[in-house]
Amino acid sequence: MHTKTLAELSLGLQAKTYSSVELTQFFLNRIDQHQQLNSYITVTPELALAQAKAADQRIANGMSDLLTGIPIAQKDIFCTQGVITTCGSKMLANFNAPYSATVVDKFNQAGAVMLGKLNMDEFAMGSSNETSYFGSVKNPWNINTVPGGSSGGSAAAVSARLAVCATGTDTGGSIRQPAALCGITGLKPTYGRVSRYGMIAYASSLDQGGPMTRSAEDAAIMLQTMAGFDEKDSTSVDIPVPDYRIGLNKSLVGLKIGLPKEFFGEGLDENVAATLASAIAEYRKLGAEIIDISMPNLKLAIPAYYVIAPAECSANLSRFDGVRYGYRCESPVDLTDLYTRSRGEGFGKEVKRRILMGTYALSTGYYDAYYLKAQKIRRLISEDFKAALATVDVIMGPVTPSTAFGIGEKMDDPIAMYLSDIYTIAINLAGVPAMSIPAGFVAGMPVGLQLIGDYFSEDRLLNIAHQYQQVTDWHNFIPTGFE
Amino acid sequence: MEWETVIGLEVHAQLATRSKIFSGAATVYGAEPNTQACAVDLGLPGVLPVLNQEAVRMAVIFGMAIEAHIAPYSVFARKNYFYPDLPKGYQISQMDHPIVGVGHLDIEIDGLIKRIGVTRAHLEEDAGKSLHEDFHGLTGIDLNRAGTPLLEIVSEPDMRTAKEAVAYMRKLHELVRYLGICDGNMQEGSFRCDANVSVRPKGQVEFGTRAEIKNINSFKFVEKAINHEVERQIALIESGGKIVQETRLYDSVKDETRSMRSKEEANDYRYFPDPDLLPVIIDEAFKAQIKAELPELPEAKKLRFKAEYHLDEESIAILTVTRPLADYFEAVYKKSGCEAKLCANWITGDLSAALNKAGLEINASPINAERLSGLLARISDNTISGKIAKQVFELLWQSTANADDIIAEQGLTQISDTGAIETIIDKIIADNPSQVEQYRSGKDKMFAFFVGQVMKAMQGKANPAEVNKMLKEKLNS
Repeated sequence: MHTKTLAELSLGLQAKTYSSVELTQFFLNRIDQHQQLNSYITVTPELALAQAKAADQRIANGMSDLLTGIPIAQKDIFCTQGVITTCGSKMLANFNAPYSATVVDKFNQAGAVMLGKLNMDEFAMGSSNETSYFGSVKNPWNINTVPGGSSGGSAAAVSARLAVCATGTDTGGSIRQPAALCGITGLKPTYGRVSRYGMIAYASSLDQGGPMTRSAEDAAIMLQTMAGFDEKDSTSVDIPVPDYRIGLNKSLVGLKIGLPKEFFGEGLDENVAATLASAIAEYRKLGAEIIDISMPNLKLAIPAYYVIAPAECSANLSRFDGVRYGYRCESPVDLTDLYTRSRGEGFGKEVKRRILMGTYALSTGYYDAYYLKAQKIRRLISEDFKAALATVDVIMGPVTPSTAFGIGEKMDDPIAMYLSDIYTIAINLAGVPAMSIPAGFVAGMPVGLQLIGDYFSEDRLLNIAHQYQQVTDWHNFIPTGFE
Repeated sequence: MEWETVIGLEVHAQLATRSKIFSGAATVYGAEPNTQACAVDLGLPGVLPVLNQEAVRMAVIFGMAIEAHIAPYSVFARKNYFYPDLPKGYQISQMDHPIVGVGHLDIEIDGLIKRIGVTRAHLEEDAGKSLHEDFHGLTGIDLNRAGTPLLEIVSEPDMRTAKEAVAYMRKLHELVRYLGICDGNMQEGSFRCDANVSVRPKGQVEFGTRAEIKNINSFKFVEKAINHEVERQIALIESGGKIVQETRLYDSVKDETRSMRSKEEANDYRYFPDPDLLPVIIDEAFKAQIKAELPELPEAKKLRFKAEYHLDEESIAILTVTRPLADYFEAVYKKSGCEAKLCANWITGDLSAALNKAGLEINASPINAERLSGLLARISDNTISGKIAKQVFELLWQSTANADDIIAEQGLTQISDTGAIETIIDKIIADNPSQVEQYRSGKDKMFAFFVGQVMKAMQGKANPAEVNKMLKEKLNS
């Protein structure tokens, strides 16, 4: 059953080939058998089986949705009422939210089954899932390498078939980079397409939740449920959600693909480049036209991101002060002691590093030079995307400079770690949607191809990804040991 | 040396919205601690603010009332600092782009009008409260107030005396209540101010170094705190000292200000635009709609009362202090059909005294405009005398009956029947020959004696004008 996609399993459930309870138990067993990946922080078997039972009832009553009875898993950044939400941090190791995120509510309403909460970099800050308080996640393709981050648990779990699909969040590449490194399909929607309510904030103007799946078709099904305006999130956008599956089979003849020269220069592993070249050749066969473009401001994305995201996070994480909930230090002697030790002991190194960077960037005397300058760069980058997407339908490029790196390899070198997001960060700054799809392997490790579209063109991106997946089978490969 | 004082005020007016500025929790004062704080107010992880449109509307109403520039584009910003009653570790406020820009307010000092500039007014959320009593050395946190909408109104440093500052604050207080955007309850903290105070040698152009006095919640304290601070600054400078820029707290018990923190110790609030909230866009259509709904403002009402009702300045000042009182007066005037002066006298006199004694606002008056009108109509048509009217007023206050029923029931109708009055007058003249003699020999004061006797015999119900007239006729004949 684990070799099937969400779309296939949905049909099986409707046809009553198997029940949701059977399917759920099957996945719970797999989670149990493959704990070495450390992809889950919390597994919720009782809740999952209760939801599966209810789903079976719904299916029997003919009241089901495509997701009804499908065992999925939530990145542990989405608040789930009744189930601990840790955000990968000691700070929230015991936090039980009195509400569920809008995204979680939507899956519940659709009748999806939640298997548990997935591991992640602490507060979504990291590119390797090594900053999690709950330990590193291992890449199913090679357990000595990282799965990417911050949605590393989600990518590893879907890749190893420990969940049919999963949610992720993407602030600077946190869906796409792990999806690429683990060989799955990941979609970061347009900023504002998916509600952020109940999704613990890292950098509010960049954070966006999205699906992490086996295939583009599965991503379409998941996004259908996740997307839409939410009155509880002022930054969610009130425009209609199209039917994401309806256009999947549209022909790509005449599709204009832009390849920014900045994406294919120095720093990109040559084997990865060769793999991407074959993928693009495949698109040419499907009738697409390849156009060389230039986006001169892309090189400014990393410095701009590492001012804006830390600045926002420095304020977003101020609420974790040991006063009302979350970690509180032992026997504080006064208020300052309560603050400094609760935060000092509750946050990990990378989180503290980013809070300090952000605090510095917002300080009097530095604000103009850092924060305002970064915002100007952000506008320039958005302009680059608008200009490029006015001439081409989709921009393609790498997701990561190389395949998955070794666990521990970059932990002592934050700059090297930050550079692993060099191809993904600009997209968040611009707010446009982007996908990572499996495009081949280098030395047995997956390579992702990135597709970047115009605002709210998720349907088009899914169509472009789906057409590729109709003529390739990279997305069907299963890592050894998980077949 | 002669010194000049320079004062600017920052007034915080709590907006009278039903729910908080960024959440759906209620804003009612005095609830059990932490019962009016939802997940958003508690700053739980993952929650997001959603702007209350009513707060925006109220800010725009205020801006229009002071003829200010209304920003077509305003932005919420985060003001970062740690404090236990600030749940998110930042306050959502406005910094570079406030919703209300430059405007003005006119005050009257010793009969002269002085224009005070308003620099800006911006929307922000209030913090919670730290409770230091009852917790045995620990601090309790009540977040009911967290997220309550505030309009911070910042004046130019245009005031030169504590009296002007008080006049400005009173004017603002009257205005926000008129507009219905703030209940003005100073004891509950709905209307409070910080005062920026400095002194300079008279004639000097540059401002002196200022001190900010925090959280003053009464008109009396504004005056006292400023005067105190001015004395302190002058004494310090004259003894060779230097004023340091600092924040000071006014202690109303000791009647003194004391230093809270110096400029060096001040927080770096690291303001930046709140990425959870969209900019507030206000278009011309919205402004036009607010303008059309704007109530008559105090100044206009005062002028109209003078022109329309010909009342004296003092009565007008009292009647127009609040909109409900002015409305009450106009309702009584319309319903009773009496002279404006009679209506005004009863409202500013007996009714106001009774309300004050009972600690009630006009809206809670046991005698509504209709019932008071009933009483005044009977005075006006001479059914009862002014003296009897006071009795009827007492009964109106205590019961729910109307004036006509009370008058009928108690037999209080004034006797204007000249025949009945004449009979009594003749009898009293006949019974008191010596007093009549005294009067006729020039002792005018005796007239009052006869009036008293007649009224006494008629249990106060005789029409005094009629009694006067007839007595004069009889005694002088």
